[in-house]
Amino acid sequence: MKRRSLFLNFAAAGGFLFLYAPIIALIIYSFNKSKLVTVWGGWSLKWYGELFQNEQIINAALLSFKIAFISASLAVVLGTMAGFVLSRYGPFRGKMILSGWITAPLVMPEVITGLSLLLLFVAMEGLFGWPSGRGTSTIIIAHTTFCMAYVAVVVQARLASMDETLEEAAMDLGAKPSSLFFLVTLPLIAPAIISGWLLSFTLSLDDLVIASFVSGPGNSTLPMVIFSKVRLGVTPEVNALATIMIAIVAIGVIAAMYQMRRQARLLAKPE
Amino acid sequence: MSISTGSAWVDGSSALMKRYNIFRSINWGKAAVVAVPGLWLAIFFFIPFLVVFKISLSETAIAVPPYTSLLEWDLEEAYVTFKMNLGNYLYLIEDAFYLDAYLSSIKIAGVSTFFALIVAFPIAYLIARSEGSTRGLLLALVILPFWTSFLLRVYAWMGFLKKNGIVNEFLLSTGLIDQPLTMLQTDFAVYIGIVYTYLPFMVLPLYSALEKMDVTLLEAAEDLGCPPVKGFFLITLPQVIPGIIAGCMLVFIPAVGEFVIPALLGGSDTLMIGRVLWDEFFLNRDWPMASAVAIVMLVVLVLPIMLIRNGQGKSEEAI
Repeated sequence: MKRRSLFLNFAAAGGFLFLYAPIIALIIYSFNKSKLVTVWGGWSLKWYGELFQNEQIINAALLSFKIAFISASLAVVLGTMAGFVLSRYGPFRGKMILSGWITAPLVMPEVITGLSLLLLFVAMEGLFGWPSGRGTSTIIIAHTTFCMAYVAVVVQARLASMDETLEEAAMDLGAKPSSLFFLVTLPLIAPAIISGWLLSFTLSLDDLVIASFVSGPGNSTLPMVIFSKVRLGVTPEVNALATIMIAIVAIGVIAAMYQMRRQARLLAKPE
Repeated sequence: MSISTGSAWVDGSSALMKRYNIFRSINWGKAAVVAVPGLWLAIFFFIPFLVVFKISLSETAIAVPPYTSLLEWDLEEAYVTFKMNLGNYLYLIEDAFYLDAYLSSIKIAGVSTFFALIVAFPIAYLIARSEGSTRGLLLALVILPFWTSFLLRVYAWMGFLKKNGIVNEFLLSTGLIDQPLTMLQTDFAVYIGIVYTYLPFMVLPLYSALEKMDVTLLEAAEDLGCPPVKGFFLITLPQVIPGIIAGCMLVFIPAVGEFVIPALLGGSDTLMIGRVLWDEFFLNRDWPMASAVAIVMLVVLVLPIMLIRNGQGKSEEAI
C-alpha cells in the first residue's frame, strides 16, 4: 500500500512538473538580458520596456480586449437565453435542432467554423452589401457565436442542478414571467453567468484561427500578432508579454478561489 | 389581486394565473426568447455550412471572391445554366495527400489522447484521494494553465524543445547525450503539445469519476488478499470507464482539427487536416478546395462524433 502510493505521488509530481516547467522557464527567460533567447545574460527588465514601446502589440492588445469584452457580453445574453429555453421550456417544436446547434460549436474544429463564417460574410456582402469588408464587427459576430455555446452549456448545467421550488413559489405568488426571471431565476444563476462571461472573455482573447479567417487587413488581434512573430522563432518580447498575461490570470484565479473559500466559510458558519 | 384569503383561494388564483399567462403574455415572450438565440445560430452557424457546401461545388477563379458562381444568367438568350463541379471532391479522392492527411490527423490525435490519459491518471488519482484544502489547491493547479493563453502555452514549448533550448542544455550538461536532439518541428513535439494543452480536459472527468468511486470495494478486495495491481485493473478501472471515455473525447475531438500546434511545433512533413485546410485557403487561395476539405471533414470526423455524443447522452439519461 505504502509503495504504491509512493509511485503514484512520483508520477503525479512528474505530471505537475510537465504542466509547469515550460511556463516557469518562459517566465525566467523573460527577465533575460541577452538577446539570444537561450543564453543567460543576467536579470533585466529590458524586454518589458521594449514591449510597452511596441505600438503594434499595444494596439493589437487593445483591439483584442475590446472584441473580447463585447463578444463575451453578447454571448452571455444569447447563451443565457438559449440555456434557459433548453432547460425550462419543456418540449417545443425545434428543441432538438436548437440543442444540436448549441452543442455543435463545442465539437467543431476551429478551421471549419472560421472558414464557414468567412464564406458567409463574403456571400452576405455580395447579396446585401453588408458587412462591407471584414474587421472588428465580423470578429465580434464570430466570437459571440462560439462563446454563446459555452455560456449556454454552463447556464443549462446550473439550471438543471438547481432547486425549482423557489421559482415555483414565486410563480404561485403571482410573479409575472419577466419578473420571475429577473428577480428570482437570474440572481440564482448569476454565478454561472459570471463564469460563462469570464470563459467567453478568455476564449475570445485567445482565439487565433477563427479571427484569422474573419478579420480584414489592418485588424490584427493580439493572438494574430503573436503568431506571426513566434512563427519565425522565440522572441524575448513575447516572453515578456506572456509573463504579464500569465501573472494577470494567476492573480485572477487566486482571487476568485479566495473569494469562493471565504463565501463557503461564511455559509458554513452556524447561525 | 388579493391572495391572502385562504389556501383554496391561493391555489385557485395561481391556476388561473398560469392559464392567463399561457394564453396571453407568455407565448409571445416565450417565442421571442426562443427565436433570438435560434435565429442567431441559424444565420451564423447553420447557414454558413450551406454556403461552404455551395462553394465546394464551384471552381476557383481569378476574381473577387475567387470562385465561380453555380448559376449563370444569360439575359439575352433568357436561360439560366446551373453548373455543379464535383472536381474538388474527385481530386480529394484521387490525390493520396488528402487521405493521408485525414488518417495522419486521426493517428496523431489518437496517440496523443492515449498519452494524455497516461499522464493525467496519476494526477487525477492523487487529487481524488487527497483531503480538503490540498485537493482544492491541486485542482486549481490543474485548471490554472487552462485559463492562460493556449497560444502562449504552445509557444512556451518552442523555447523548451528547440536545438539550443532548455531540455537539450540540460541533457547535454548531464552527459546523457553529446549532440543536441532535434525535437522541435517533429511529430514528437506535436504529441507533447497536444498532451500538454489538453491535459486539464483529461484530468477533470477522470477526477470526478475517481471521486465518485466506491473505495470500500478496493479495501474489501485487499482484505481478501487481492494484490494492488490486480485490484486496480479489476476494481478501479471498470468504475472509472465513463470518466476515461469522456476525457478521451474531450482531448481527441479538438486535437483532430488542430492547427496551431502542428503549425508551431510540427515539421513541414507533419500532416494534419486542419493545417491542410488552412494552407489551401491562405497559401493557395483555393476557396472551393478548402470548402471541399471542410465538408469532408465535417461528414467523416465531426458528424460521427456528434452522433456518438448524442447516443451517450441518451444512454446516460436512461440509466
